[in-house]
Amino acid sequence: MRSIHVNQIIEVVSKLCVDANYFLNQDIRIKLEEACKKEKSPLGKEVLNKLLVNADIAAEKEMAICQDTGMAVFFIELGQDVHLEGGSLNEAINEGVRRGYDKGFLRKSVVEDPIFRKNTNDNTPAIIHYDIVEGDRLKIDFAPKGFGSENMSALKMLKPSDGIEGIKGFIIDTVRKAGANPCPPIVVGVGIGGTMEKAAIMAKKALLRPLGIHNTIKYVEELEKEMLLMINKIGIGPAGFGGSSTALGINIETYPTHIAGMPVAININCHATRHASFEL
Amino acid sequence: MSEVRKISAPLNDGDIESLKAGDEVYISGVIYTGRDAAHKRLIQLLEKGEKLPFDIKGQMIYYVGPCPEKPGQIIGSAGPTTSGRMDAYTPRLLELGLKGMIGKGLRDNNVKKAMINHKAVYFGAIGGAAALIAASIKSQEIIAFEDLGTEAIRRLEVEDFPVVVVIDSEGNDLYEKGIMEFSQE
Repeated sequence: MRSIHVNQIIEVVSKLCVDANYFLNQDIRIKLEEACKKEKSPLGKEVLNKLLVNADIAAEKEMAICQDTGMAVFFIELGQDVHLEGGSLNEAINEGVRRGYDKGFLRKSVVEDPIFRKNTNDNTPAIIHYDIVEGDRLKIDFAPKGFGSENMSALKMLKPSDGIEGIKGFIIDTVRKAGANPCPPIVVGVGIGGTMEKAAIMAKKALLRPLGIHNTIKYVEELEKEMLLMINKIGIGPAGFGGSSTALGINIETYPTHIAGMPVAININCHATRHASFEL
Repeated sequence: MSEVRKISAPLNDGDIESLKAGDEVYISGVIYTGRDAAHKRLIQLLEKGEKLPFDIKGQMIYYVGPCPEKPGQIIGSAGPTTSGRMDAYTPRLLELGLKGMIGKGLRDNNVKKAMINHKAVYFGAIGGAAALIAASIKSQEIIAFEDLGTEAIRRLEVEDFPVVVVIDSEGNDLYEKGIMEFSQE
């Protein structure tokens, strides 16, 4: 048994909130630079240039890359040999969010009820997904999610007979409908299989995988490559002003499913695809 | 690439007519912020027959909910939010003389029709370029609905605020034009 005090978790979470919102990840920067070189539209090229300058300004002035600093989404891997001391893990994560969003001057974007919509003013509650794993480590992945892109996500319970062509069609339709709304060039997370909620969580988690690293299953890797080419033929382009860079990447995860079904969830993310992680 | 054109806000009729979808523009002058909750309240005031907190005639609204400013900063990061969520409210404001909107993303046909009828322009700011855009904002003052926090209505003074004309006063739409030009499907 290894003990971790919740105060350590509060501190780590608070820092992750600030870092993910201020500093563009290297894998994303590389893809933006590549897109900028390849972009066919002069206006699109200029948009991509401005996004890179924006990331530089944000890092230098230590301010948010985007004003929508998101709902705070966490993926936690908790080793089964870890003993947590000093309070609840849930509360520690929420306290970390409270502190990080306050001291980082990040926007508080959470309302306490979907109908009555009063701002909670501290960006809590966070959305927390837990996995219990072997070992004595605690891994925290943080991915703030803006809703310009979240709103363009979709889930569909396809039929087994729809096959892989049905999945491709659903992905292309979803990206096309999203158009300029999710701040292209986008990153697309896809979850195929499992149950309804499993597909959605896989799609979200797929966005954590660094761009350029493909799924280890051969046909899924090929699907990722093919879909990226197809998406970039649509023509939406940077900021939706038209062009050849509509997506920076697409990550797909799969899971066993029921004999009667083929759930597919698509989680759309913006060009900043913010994430940060820490292991205790 | 064409020269970036400089215009002032509030917009004048000549600029409104001559701006075409796809034009790159720098805006300088005064604009107002407003997003979901503020729009809802504006329309509620109108339904009750009450006055709006600012004279909207001829003005421009920027759909944004900025980050809080750090000490010494004018404003925090301040990029555009998705405009489509304001579509339900926008035709009414265009009737009252709203002449410009800045945001990102698609507008519905009712908004487009009202824009043509009342001669207004929809500009796209670059979604996510929030720190860069903040640098073009020279002052901010909350003028209404302070309790809404980030969603309060602010009066902004801007200088060379970078935008692109997405929908012009004749209803031409850069999002449609762009896809047609660059689609390889």
